[in-house]
Amino acid sequence: MDILEDKKNKNKPYKPILEDIPDWPVYQLSKNRNEFVNEVTQQAIARIHALRPQRKQLIDDLEATVYREQNRIKRNRWRADPRDDSKFWSGIKNELVELGNKSHEEPDAAASKILERIVHRYASEIAGNFKQTSYRFARSVIKFGFLRLLNGARIKKFGAFFRNRYTLRDKIQIVGKVKMIRQLARQGTVVMVPTHFSNLDSILIGWVIHSMGLPAFIYGAGLNLFNIKIIAYFMNSLGAYKVDRRKKNLPYLETLKMYSSLAIQKGAHSLFFPGGTRSRSGKIEKQLKLGLLSTAIEAQRSLYMAEGVAKKVFIVPVTLNYNCVLEAPEMIEDYLQVKGQDRYFPEQDKYGSFGMIKFLFKFFANPSSISVSIGPGLDVMGNFVDEKGNSLDATGRIVDTRDYFISNGDLNIDRQREDEYTRMLSQRIVTEYHKINRVFASHLVAFIAFQMWQKKYPKLDLFSLLRLPEEELELDYQEFKLVFKRVRKMIYRMKEEGKINFATHLKGESDLAIQRGLDNVGVFHLNRPLVKNKKGNIITKDLSLLYYYQNRMVGYDLEQFI
Amino acid sequence: MTLSSSSDKPVGVIGAGNFGTVIANILAINRPVLLYARNEHTVKHINHKRENRKYEIHSNITATNDLAQVARECDVIFPMVPSEHFRAMMKVLAIHLQPYHILIHGTKGFDVTLPTGETINSVATLDRHMVKTMSEVIREESVVVRIGCLAGPNLSKELAQRQPAATVIASQFDEVILIGRRLLRNDRFQVYENRDIVGVEIAGVLKNIIAIAAGALSGLGYGENAKGLLVSRGAVEMVYLGRALGGDVKAFLGVAGIGDLVTTCNSPLSRNFTVGYRLAKGEKLQHILNDMSEIAEGINTVRIAKKCADHYKVRALITDRLYKVLFEGMTVESALEFLMRFPLSADIDFI
Repeated sequence: MDILEDKKNKNKPYKPILEDIPDWPVYQLSKNRNEFVNEVTQQAIARIHALRPQRKQLIDDLEATVYREQNRIKRNRWRADPRDDSKFWSGIKNELVELGNKSHEEPDAAASKILERIVHRYASEIAGNFKQTSYRFARSVIKFGFLRLLNGARIKKFGAFFRNRYTLRDKIQIVGKVKMIRQLARQGTVVMVPTHFSNLDSILIGWVIHSMGLPAFIYGAGLNLFNIKIIAYFMNSLGAYKVDRRKKNLPYLETLKMYSSLAIQKGAHSLFFPGGTRSRSGKIEKQLKLGLLSTAIEAQRSLYMAEGVAKKVFIVPVTLNYNCVLEAPEMIEDYLQVKGQDRYFPEQDKYGSFGMIKFLFKFFANPSSISVSIGPGLDVMGNFVDEKGNSLDATGRIVDTRDYFISNGDLNIDRQREDEYTRMLSQRIVTEYHKINRVFASHLVAFIAFQMWQKKYPKLDLFSLLRLPEEELELDYQEFKLVFKRVRKMIYRMKEEGKINFATHLKGESDLAIQRGLDNVGVFHLNRPLVKNKKGNIITKDLSLLYYYQNRMVGYDLEQFI
Repeated sequence: MTLSSSSDKPVGVIGAGNFGTVIANILAINRPVLLYARNEHTVKHINHKRENRKYEIHSNITATNDLAQVARECDVIFPMVPSEHFRAMMKVLAIHLQPYHILIHGTKGFDVTLPTGETINSVATLDRHMVKTMSEVIREESVVVRIGCLAGPNLSKELAQRQPAATVIASQFDEVILIGRRLLRNDRFQVYENRDIVGVEIAGVLKNIIAIAAGALSGLGYGENAKGLLVSRGAVEMVYLGRALGGDVKAFLGVAGIGDLVTTCNSPLSRNFTVGYRLAKGEKLQHILNDMSEIAEGINTVRIAKKCADHYKVRALITDRLYKVLFEGMTVESALEFLMRFPLSADIDFI
């Protein structure tokens, strides 16, 4: 993997691959927004009718939808919700009641009409609102704002706010297959699927896409993000479409999937977090949500079925690596509370616009960096592709992705088959996440410390371990260093085998690497997960947080080397 | 029963052993069949004498020695190759395969890939990174993803006589099950479906262990009580082992599990049964193997299953004792004595 491609001239950004914004697929999509919303509506309706061929089934689903929506309005209202929500849904409810009451003249048509109203509403809600001018504006605000914050925070002198000593590139490293993704974006449609750890991800990845010279992507962004006005503004202008995880009803899910599928078919590069929600445990996602992922496969098949030379859809896994995740303390609490039960995580956004700015300032003030690893391009079946976009089998032979959709010599639609393909693709993405994951010193020290404590108390399960008083936990530094060196060596070896990646700062003098790790792990938290005490030994101020950060390294079987 | 556009495309069968030949004959009722045999002599023999391994060859069958031809002409291929040659065969075949191919195999055995420098005897335990089912081998070696497997009580000789029988086609893909069923089903051959392909594969493999044990009991001259005991406890042991290896309990209760188990345990026709029978009569393993024209998969299975059981810490008493009989010189009598003395209580604890 070509790591740190542009170390020498890191201030030189990549040239945009499409110069003019009007050429961008996302712009085309938003210019014809109404048409597109209508197309999504019509196709989603057709799909729902196919899934619920009988009127009775359809009406059951519509009734369930209304019930859930009214429940949502009662229990879990958000700022981002439209004002007329309750009016709309009680209207629909009345119509449904009417439909059920008397012998309706044209019940089928009436049911379809209700469905259309619902789906159209959803489609308009989901649809993004990309505007050329506000994109330009938002982009420069982000760039300018970040830069000013960065310099102001780092150089503690008056006037530093207006200097350009540091650039975002010092802060955020982009490593991996950047060249390749640029090439693929020229030939086909890129679907980027990053890991999800923090609300910051959405903004960060937007900047990353821009600085790689790619046209704006359409985003699947959680509607909850739109509750925060400042983020809502940027998300809207950056081409985000809205995903509302509270809505689990059939019409909504089908509309959302149709939106994504059609956008991909129209060549709009897309991005969504396939984990669905931020990783509460701090672990790299093992289970992906299959809904949106399936739209990439469906879009590819539809493209093959449309005549002519089909555009290819490329899946690009991305991992985001942080030393510190702002929301970690609340997320790990959530996780520990519900561990073992498949319960819904209540969305709590404690940070308003002001909180967000405060966080950004903290974030820029600290030298701790973020890195973004761009994975290799895959086809929708998880095969690697070459720079021309050809799919390759394990031996490097070129295979035709189209053949995966052929049965008896013909292209055909087989939903069950595509469901299985989606599952296979999600496993491939998880594998790639682990391979491109870039280990920071901070992740490693957290992992080692936590595992050493776990080993000291082999009889304790996780929860009993976490309940140990922090004062009782102390690791001898020399002992720690020995284990650190051993595990680090394993990581070196695994990198040779292509199983993992690590940041360059992990190398070198182990005392320095450890110090770097300790300095950075969870650095913004009130209670630091790891610190040295006066004796030079390693202690923790918050074991649950430490658990969160060590989880990043789970899944590599490294526990055995502790 | 009509198939669309490619209904006259031949179906491929790879491997002209007993089972391969019989399956080719069943497929030939519905479709032309291209039967691959490794041995050129066999190919000629089939094509000219219309006979193989004492089975008459259906007129719809053409034998070939060319794997590329099979891949080129057939969309659906049935590999019926012993597990020890399976991976090697796949490596050759894979070059010719495309993602549109559908493979439905009928091989009941495990594939073992050992760490360098180890042998199957020297390695202490085996885990699932080293032990693979045939569908996993197909996935690893080729671009084919639409994979199915055939399993069930299918003794070649009885199938050839068109006695009533059933099989299970297992696949994650409905499409594969449907195609397999259309191709195989006839008035004497019922086809069931199962979505847990790995479970079905494992059930089909593990039953070979119990088949050897059944042969051994029979060789000692014991009757039906003993067999009933063996079949039921053997099934439980299969479930334990199978779960450790990634199968679902249900697969073990179906045609490919209990169904196949009962058949093989009652059949002196099966090779695994014969091995157990002759061991109990006091013959040495090597001597028995020298006489056999085809591999008794069960012998290798015992070795693999025992080492897996050790790795996953599963109690598998029958497997463990058989291992001692086959490879450590324990007599069948003392193995049985051990099993009868072992303190056990719960009958069934997995449902």
